[in-house]
Amino acid sequence: MAHAAAHDDHHHTPRGWVRWVYSTNHKDIGTLYLIFAIIAGIIGGFMSVMMRWELAEPGIQIFHGLASMVYGVDGDAALDAGKHMFNVFTTMHALIMIFFMVMPALIGGFANWMVPIMIGAPDMAFPRMNNISFWLLPPALFLLLTSFFVPSAPGAYGIGGGWTMYPPFSTTGQPGPAMDLAILSLHIAGASSILGAINFITTIFNMRAPGMTLHKMPLFAWSVLITAFLLLLSLPVLAGGITMLLTDRNFGTTFFTPDGGGDPILFQHLFWFFGHPEVYILILPGFGIVSHIVSTFSRKPVFGYLGMAYAMVAIGAVGFVVWAHHMFTSGISLDAQRYFTFATMVIAVPTGVKIFSWIATMWGGSISMRTPMLWAIGFIFLFTIGGVTGVQLANAGLDRSMHDTYYVVAHFHYVLSLGAVFAIFAAWYYWFPKMTGYMYSPFIARAHFWITFIGVNIIFFPQHFLGLSGMPRRYIDYPDAFAGWNMVSSYGSYLSAFGVLVFLVGVFEAFSKKRIAGANPWGEGATTLEWQLPSPPPYHQWEQLPRIK
Amino acid sequence: MSVEPNMDRAKQNNNRVVAAVCVAFFGGMVGMAYAAVPLYSLFCQVTGYGGTTQRTTQYADRILDRDITIRFDANTAGIPWKFEPVARSVTIKIGETTQAHYTATNLSDKPVTGRATFNVTPDLAGAYFNKVECFCFTDTTLKPGETLDMPVVFYVDPDIVDLPEMKDVKTITLSYTMFPTEGDKPVASAPVEDDGKTVSNTEGKLGG
Repeated sequence: MAHAAAHDDHHHTPRGWVRWVYSTNHKDIGTLYLIFAIIAGIIGGFMSVMMRWELAEPGIQIFHGLASMVYGVDGDAALDAGKHMFNVFTTMHALIMIFFMVMPALIGGFANWMVPIMIGAPDMAFPRMNNISFWLLPPALFLLLTSFFVPSAPGAYGIGGGWTMYPPFSTTGQPGPAMDLAILSLHIAGASSILGAINFITTIFNMRAPGMTLHKMPLFAWSVLITAFLLLLSLPVLAGGITMLLTDRNFGTTFFTPDGGGDPILFQHLFWFFGHPEVYILILPGFGIVSHIVSTFSRKPVFGYLGMAYAMVAIGAVGFVVWAHHMFTSGISLDAQRYFTFATMVIAVPTGVKIFSWIATMWGGSISMRTPMLWAIGFIFLFTIGGVTGVQLANAGLDRSMHDTYYVVAHFHYVLSLGAVFAIFAAWYYWFPKMTGYMYSPFIARAHFWITFIGVNIIFFPQHFLGLSGMPRRYIDYPDAFAGWNMVSSYGSYLSAFGVLVFLVGVFEAFSKKRIAGANPWGEGATTLEWQLPSPPPYHQWEQLPRIK
Repeated sequence: MSVEPNMDRAKQNNNRVVAAVCVAFFGGMVGMAYAAVPLYSLFCQVTGYGGTTQRTTQYADRILDRDITIRFDANTAGIPWKFEPVARSVTIKIGETTQAHYTATNLSDKPVTGRATFNVTPDLAGAYFNKVECFCFTDTTLKPGETLDMPVVFYVDPDIVDLPEMKDVKTITLSYTMFPTEGDKPVASAPVEDDGKTVSNTEGKLGG
C-alpha cells in the first residue's frame, strides 16, 4: 500500500518526551491517563491502608506518630493534629480515588483509548483539547497533595470534614489555606473533566464511521456518551458550589452563612445535585466494559442491546432527581423524604435490567473463564450486593439509623471500590493485550483477582455488621465493642494492598516477557472494531474508515 | 484524518457546533447553580422550608380551641450584647395573635448595630408560624449601655393541625440569633493560631 506508506511519512511519530507532553494522540493520552490513575490509586490506597491500620484496634495507634513525623508537633498537640490528620486521610482518600483514580482510569484512560477505535474514528474530535484535559490533572493533584501540608483548622493541617466539604466546617471551621488549595484543585480537575466530556460528546456524535448509527454503537461508547452528559450537567453545579465556598471564605460573601442571610443546607443541595450523578459517572463506564467482556467470553452478543443502552440513559436521567436521599437527616419534610425514597428505588429497575441482561448474556453461552471474565463476574456479584444495600439505605426510615455509619461505608465501597475498581481491572486485563501487544501471565492475573476478591470482601463485608451495630464513620477511635470486626476488616485491607503489589508485578512481568498477544487474543466472541486492528494499534488508525453493515 | 479536505472542513464546523452547544450547557448549569441561591431562599420563604417563618400583615381568620406552647430562645454571635427573651415561654391558643418581648442591652462602650436571624423548631412549623411584627425585619443600633425592648407579634396558623407530621406537636421553639451587621470579614483571612492547644476550642465546630 504505497498510499499508506506515504501517509506514514507524512504523520511521523514524535519521539521522546515530545511524544508524551505535546501529545494529541488519543492512545498516548489514554496511556498517560492510565499511568496517572495507577499512581493516584497507589497514593489513595496507601491512605486507606493507613486508616485501616489505625482502626485495627481501639485507641489511637499510629496517627499521633504520623502527625509528629509529618508536621513536627509533639505531645498533646500531636494527638490533636493526629486526630485531624485521620479526617484528612478520609477526605483525601475519597477525593483522590474519585477525581484522580476512577475518573481518569475509566473516562480519560479506557474511554480515550477505545471509544475512537470502537466507533471507527481516527482520533478524538479535538485532539489538542484532549492534551489539555490530561495535563490539567497533574497540577490539580499537586494542589490537592499540597493542601496536606498547609494549615487548616487552628493547630491542624490539611482538609478534614469529608469529600462533601459541608459548610460551616469548610468555611469558618478551617480558615487556613488548605481548603482554598483543595477548592482550586477541584476547579482544575473539574475543568479537565468538562473538556473531556465535550470532546467525547463531539466525537461520538460526529465521528462515527459510515453505517455506525447510534443504535449500532458498542455499549462502552454508549456508556461513555451518557457519562459525558452527566459530567456536563453535574460538574458545573459543583464548580458553582465550591466557588461560593471560596468567595464565602475569602471575599466576604454569605451564600452559606446564616448571619448574612445564607443557608448552609443550600450547599448540601448543590453538592449532592452534583454528587449523586457523580457516582453514576464513576460506574456507568464500568457497565459498558462489563457488557463487552461478558459478551466476548460468552461468545454471544449482549442480551437486550437496546434495553442495556436505554437502561443506562434511564439511570443517568433518574440520577439527577434523587440527590436529597443523601440528606434525609437534614430536616427535609416527610413528603420530600417520601419522594426521594421512591425515586431512589426507581433506579433499581434499570439497574436490575442490566444485571439480568448480563446474566441472560451468559445463559447458554460458551463461557470461558479467562481473567477479564473473572473480574467481570466479580463485578456483577459485588455490585449487586452493593445495590441491595443501596435499596435498603434508600428508605428514609432505615436511613435514620444507618446514616453516617459504616453500613453506608460498606454500601458505597461495594458499588465503587468493588464495583468500579473491578470494572477497571476487568478492562485492564481485557484490553492490556490490545494496548501493549503483550499478553500478561494468566497465573499472576488470576492470583491478582483472587487475592483482591477475597481481600476487599474481608474489608467491607464486616463493615455491614459494624454499621448495623451503630459504628459511625469518620472517627479515629471507637468503643471496644467494635474491636473484633474492625480487626478483621484491617486484615482484609493488608491483603488487598498485597494484591496491588501482585498487580504491579504482573504488569512488570508482561512487559519483560514480551509474549506477543496477536490482534485478537479472545477469539470469535470479541466482535468490536478494536479487535480488527493489530496489537498494539497503529499510531493512526482507520485511515480507511471501516464500513459497518 | 480523513482524505478529502472539503469533508474535513464541514466536519470541523460540525464539531465546533456540538462543542459550542456543550459549552452553552456548561454555562447554563453554572448559572443555574448560582440561580439556586435566590430561588432557594424564595422557596424557603414561600414554603417555610427549613423553619423559615412567614411574614404577614393580617391575623388568623379563626382561633382553635387547642393550646400550643411557644418557647423563646435567644443567643448572640460575635456581638457584645445581652440579648434574651422576657418570658421563656407562653401557652396560647392556635390562631390567637400574641405579643412576646425580647430585650437587648449593649454591654460595650461603643454603639453597635445588630440584626437578628431566626428560625423555628420543628422545621416544618416554619410555614405555619406567622409574624405580623418583628424586630428581626430591621437593623437595630444600640448606644453604649442602652437597653431596648423588642416586641414580636405572631400567631400560629390554624392549618398546622392538618399537617400529619405536626398534629402531635405541642411546643414550637422560636429562636433568634443576634449578629453584628458590621465586620463581615472573610473567614479565610481570620488569623490562624498555630498553638496546638487551641484545637480543643474548635471541637464544638468539628462535631458538625
